[in-house]
Amino acid sequence: MSWFSSAMSSTLGKKVLMALTGLFLVTFLIVHLIGNFQLLANDDGQSFNIYAKFMTTNPVIKTTSYLLYATFIVHIIWAIILTLQNRKSRPVGYAQTASNNSTWSSRNMGILGTIILIFLVIHLRNFWYEMHWGGIPTATYDGSEYKDLFSIVDFSFNNIFYVLLYTISMIGLMFHLYHGFKSAFQTLGLNHPKYNNLIKGLGYGIAIIIPALFAAIPIIMYLN
Amino acid sequence: MKIKLKVWRQKNASDKGNFKTYDLDDISEDMSFLEMFDILNEDLVKKNEDPIHFDHDCREGICGMCSMYINGHPHGPKQTTTCQLHMRSFKDGDTITVEPWRAKSFPVVKDLVVDRSSFDRVMQSGGYVSVNTGGVPDANEIPIPKKIADEAFDAATCIGCGACVAACKNASAMLFVSAKVSQLAMLPQGQVERKSRAENMVAQMDEEGFGACTNTGACSAECPKGISLENIARMNREYLGAKASSDNL
Repeated sequence: MSWFSSAMSSTLGKKVLMALTGLFLVTFLIVHLIGNFQLLANDDGQSFNIYAKFMTTNPVIKTTSYLLYATFIVHIIWAIILTLQNRKSRPVGYAQTASNNSTWSSRNMGILGTIILIFLVIHLRNFWYEMHWGGIPTATYDGSEYKDLFSIVDFSFNNIFYVLLYTISMIGLMFHLYHGFKSAFQTLGLNHPKYNNLIKGLGYGIAIIIPALFAAIPIIMYLN
Repeated sequence: MKIKLKVWRQKNASDKGNFKTYDLDDISEDMSFLEMFDILNEDLVKKNEDPIHFDHDCREGICGMCSMYINGHPHGPKQTTTCQLHMRSFKDGDTITVEPWRAKSFPVVKDLVVDRSSFDRVMQSGGYVSVNTGGVPDANEIPIPKKIADEAFDAATCIGCGACVAACKNASAMLFVSAKVSQLAMLPQGQVERKSRAENMVAQMDEEGFGACTNTGACSAECPKGISLENIARMNREYLGAKASSDNL
């Protein structure tokens, strides 16, 4: 397997890993978003709580979640490795640099990623940790007991600072996806006039729609 | 024209270096950027000062020797080489900042001169065809579609100046290496070494310490020859394909 390790340790291989993990994380975002819509069901959280129990107990979902944790960790660690390597490639910087030769988001993926990482830590501590190990209130539907994650979400989203944090983080995600989605295909060598416009359009659509809908949920819950 | 020139001066590779400002009063807008430097240097020599060292050769935009980072752009504000940049691209009274290419793999030799032999070593690692291709073949003897011939030619127009490395925020050489890999991968003469070329040139590129590609596109935007980012995607394909299928275990 030396050919494989040499391929993956090259700059190209590291970028391929960033692209593959990044695209997997996009599919996660879509699934997560669809689940979140149940927060707006207007049933005091019943459907959301049943869904949350399913997502934390179903064996297939649980197995996939371990893959997801690994993907997050690889995406973050490889980003740090690449950033440090890239910094070393230019030990002395320029006094003056132009900014009109590339998009702002493409030059600041590290900063955007850091915003998302900070958000992720707070987000996991608030909901994911509470759901798994926290002293969480319970609700009973049809004689079965469920952890009432909805009440915690509802409580948090009545705090304007949380709503602001979520909205700002989603703007960071928006710019991250704006560059990241189409960039991943270029890294994987998929650049052809037949589908370039599709990738570009899909990327812009995903970058705008996913974070906007994610941010809309806490805003709607706050206003209600 | 009156120009205020802020130039990087560095005595040798180990010197720390700093910017020095020169006021030029009588510059014609028809001068090339290098001719403006020639005038300044003549003046410096007359004053017994060390002239500003810079790389140049053909002064026709085809050799890729000139290398100046002007006002934040490699080769200045126009998409051309520094030798083909004219003073009419600037305004009377402008302050122009001139720096050398900045990259670990392009160490400064003196003033604006950098050592780009890392590019030569990348070329030596695979940027060649070793099979005997014989004399000039008759027209249409080797069937190559026009589109492929054009794409290969476009990649081959890379003059190896290093503007891509200079422009890239990661000092990545991906555009240069991908142009060289592409040019030969698309033509029949390049097939013999196609896989080993992609593997070896990427390995040498990493060895030289160039950064990774973030797909910002700054390289292509600044390239005096307008080399396309499609070449980078092609090199990624070539490299991954070669790694998975070459004889090099």
